[in-house]
Amino acid sequence: MNKGAKRGVMGLLIVGIVLGIILWGGFNTAMEATNNEQFCISCHEMEENVYQELQDTIHFTNRTGVRATCPDCHVPKEWVHKVIRKIQASNEIYHKLMGTIDTPEKFEEKRLELAQNVWKAMKDTDSRECRNCHNFDSMDFTRQESRSADSHDEAIEKGYTCIDCHKGIAHSLPEGYDPAEDLPGEG
Amino acid sequence: MKKVIVTLLVAMVTLMFTGAAISGVTSLRGDNEVSAPADKAPMRKQVITQGGVERSYKIQPPMIPHKIDKETINLKINTCLKCHSEKTFEEKKAPKAGDSHYIARDGKVLETISTRRYFCNQCHAPQLNANPIVENQFEGAK
Repeated sequence: MNKGAKRGVMGLLIVGIVLGIILWGGFNTAMEATNNEQFCISCHEMEENVYQELQDTIHFTNRTGVRATCPDCHVPKEWVHKVIRKIQASNEIYHKLMGTIDTPEKFEEKRLELAQNVWKAMKDTDSRECRNCHNFDSMDFTRQESRSADSHDEAIEKGYTCIDCHKGIAHSLPEGYDPAEDLPGEG
Repeated sequence: MKKVIVTLLVAMVTLMFTGAAISGVTSLRGDNEVSAPADKAPMRKQVITQGGVERSYKIQPPMIPHKIDKETINLKINTCLKCHSEKTFEEKKAPKAGDSHYIARDGKVLETISTRRYFCNQCHAPQLNANPIVENQFEGAK
């Protein structure tokens, strides 16, 4: 290899690396920019409905002041799952443009369907996003109410997942959902 | 003349006393102006009573021996029924809503809770660890 060719290869390599860093960094920056609560509630559909309901719940207001934001529960932390979820979000952009839920009335009408989608997603992943913070191994059952401790014991034994019981803890439950018909381990 | 003076004196004294009496009364909502909002209720945690709360009289609606701050009862949903409905009480080892709750106003027996019994906390109350505001000698029926 002569001197000129060597220089060319080195140049290409350096340009490649620099471009790679910029593109990769840019991609991740853009992804993170769309992965925070301020971005989520920049749509009035989220701000007027689900965000308002969240504020009364323990995931927003509590004794110690630790809180969960939208993506903490609704976007996976691991990169591959996160990108898959982000690609699925293109469907949400479509419905945003179509105005599918652009009034509280329309949102209310769709709430059962939307909630069921989220419940199914959480069940399919064994409540992966819940478990980023909540872990059976770190739970001290002696410090829980007896009702809670008994139920958690049963859940471990029978392999229930968080969302089996903990529905409607961050947002209002939808009309048409019957809690009496929804025992964990069924359906 | 004398009569007039006596009447005036009596009137004055009466006014003084009633004035003092009125200003000395504090209602349960405190000394606030009527137009002002009431004092904030002291924050108290709902308490858990193992084994339930004894009834104080025969037909008293049972008190709720657990917290209900995370439950919802509204037009769309009643999360109490997650455990206390006819479908779930056995599985959840919870007391079932009483039979009277399944009777419509025309006497018809229903399969689900009658709408007139739907709002549980209209009669059933959670308990707080609070002393009575006014001392009293109430004793429950034994």
